[in-house]
Amino acid sequence: MIEKALKGSRNYWLWIGFLLLVIAAGFSAFSRQMWEGLTVTGMGRDVSWGLYIAQFTFLVGVAASAVMVVIPYYLHNQKAFAKTVIVGEFMAVSATLMCMLFILADMGRPDRVLNVLLYPSPHAMVFWDMLVLNGYLLINLVSAWTVLGAERKGVPTPAWVKPIIYLSIPWAFSIHTVTAFLYAGLPGRHLWLTAVLAPRFLASAFAAGTSLLILVTLILKKTTGFDAGNEARQKLAVLAAYAGVANFFMIGTEFFTAFYSNVPSHIHGLQYLFFGLEGKSSLVPWMWLSMLLGLGSLAVLFNQKLRHTKNWLVAACVGMVASIWIDKGVGLILGGFVPNPLDEITEYGVTLTELGVTLGIWAVGILVLTLLLKVAVTVKREQAS
Amino acid sequence: MNEDRRSFIKKAGIGLLAGIGSAAGLFPVLSLEKTVLPAWDEKPVPGKRRWGMLIDTRKCSGNCRECVAACHFTHNVPDFGNRKDEVKWIWKSSYENVFPTASNQFQSPEVTGRPYVALCNHCAEPPCTKACPTEATFRRWDGIVSMDYHRCIGCRFCMAACPYGSRSFNWRDPREGIRLASTEYPTRMQGVVEKCNFCSERLVQGKEPACVEACPEAALVFGDLNDPASEIRKLLESNETMQRKPELGTKPSVFYII
Repeated sequence: MIEKALKGSRNYWLWIGFLLLVIAAGFSAFSRQMWEGLTVTGMGRDVSWGLYIAQFTFLVGVAASAVMVVIPYYLHNQKAFAKTVIVGEFMAVSATLMCMLFILADMGRPDRVLNVLLYPSPHAMVFWDMLVLNGYLLINLVSAWTVLGAERKGVPTPAWVKPIIYLSIPWAFSIHTVTAFLYAGLPGRHLWLTAVLAPRFLASAFAAGTSLLILVTLILKKTTGFDAGNEARQKLAVLAAYAGVANFFMIGTEFFTAFYSNVPSHIHGLQYLFFGLEGKSSLVPWMWLSMLLGLGSLAVLFNQKLRHTKNWLVAACVGMVASIWIDKGVGLILGGFVPNPLDEITEYGVTLTELGVTLGIWAVGILVLTLLLKVAVTVKREQAS
Repeated sequence: MNEDRRSFIKKAGIGLLAGIGSAAGLFPVLSLEKTVLPAWDEKPVPGKRRWGMLIDTRKCSGNCRECVAACHFTHNVPDFGNRKDEVKWIWKSSYENVFPTASNQFQSPEVTGRPYVALCNHCAEPPCTKACPTEATFRRWDGIVSMDYHRCIGCRFCMAACPYGSRSFNWRDPREGIRLASTEYPTRMQGVVEKCNFCSERLVQGKEPACVEACPEAALVFGDLNDPASEIRKLLESNETMQRKPELGTKPSVFYII
């Protein structure tokens, strides 16, 4: 089936070529990082995780959000999602792959990554995260590929794949829960030390991931003519809106607990992010932009008329993705390190090398998604004709 | 003929070295480097010993850096002169930084103005070892939280988990930051985490930690917290002491007399 990705229009190949260029640039940035060490990034002794781990966190959410199409289609038999399921599943595959690459890019000794398997440590959340992420990648790839393959041959989907698809539902929740547990179990990092982190991760994932899925289906429609259907998009938009409400509600509860209790260590992280701490405030504009974009997008998504207007829908989805990317892909990780355990404030600034590696990994993910969707669209089109 | 003689000398030489080597193993007197046997004559029993440190901050003088210098020299800790790449095992900081959750309202300026030595607490309940996905950092039978630099994958989870900022990462090749190399402890490689090891390499030689030995005011006391007869235990009983962030339940093995 993969041969279908090898035949395409001029624009298709231009796009592939562009992605390969970005990947090459990212690889060169990565080799510089390997050579000189992680000193070439903006990370340091005080802020010891940065853009890489933040992207990883955001993308786990994107991966998990595939469940937002799998549940209605397979569990509730909502036929409107028939054409979206494959897009969601392939998006999960590419997002999970990017997650793993970001973890590798963040490691000081990526050559030793197999130590995680050689010395399995069930007390470490990383061990579980590795298991669930790899499992999720496999589950989605196998189920999407098999269903698509059956469709191509015009035969019914093999029975063995159904349990795997059902398994993907709790599995999706598990990947983002375990990812939240990476942070939520660390003493002394008060921004993360909250039981609401895992539910908030899920809510923000379902808001941003679903919005991203809507955007991908619109891009597909424009570039290939393959339309997942307006009905599916509208339903997804409503799901994204409610997930967004849950996310902002939980952010609100964080504010209440921190500021009403008045416990300094609980306040400091949020204060640094949203108001600045001791004159250090580089993330403040970002966090408010995130708030504004998120709440604005919610307003659009809840407006029946605006939601049905394509341009407004696109704007709201872009806004929601951007809002949560900032909140989760920048603020949450950096905020956990400020102030540091000795109450000192060090700010983080991203470097060009780090940005190069990040863009390179995104390009790998988008390339994989492009190839997978190219196969899917070609198969679907052949079936239709 | 010549060839034969050469190979005979080679083999005899290797044989002789092997002989000395095994003899050194069998008869400690013959070893080139002295190993203190009492350190080995008992089988390690997990939990039997718990090394700890007591810092009498009343004796700690503001101007000296002997403990830091001795430790960092002994262990080949690099110095790059910038905070971002900084690697440190022991350092001096202010009262509010070392004890951010302790009360500092109406505290005497003499107390809040004193320097406080910070290092790894070698916690009895270490969050760092729990977070490590490869057992590269682990708690030893004698309570020391140790590092295996050859197993560490550099994920820095232990750094996020440590509530005391005691861990450093080698953001770059540490050998470039060592001015005067010590032969007492190996250098590390780029991309791994390191921290204070309570001088476990000196303890097996029957020596005290380098910082304790170097302190001109004898402000640092090192000993077995599980031994009721030890000096450190007696001092802990006869003085009011503090641990860093005891509310986190990590049970630090480093105590402070304020």
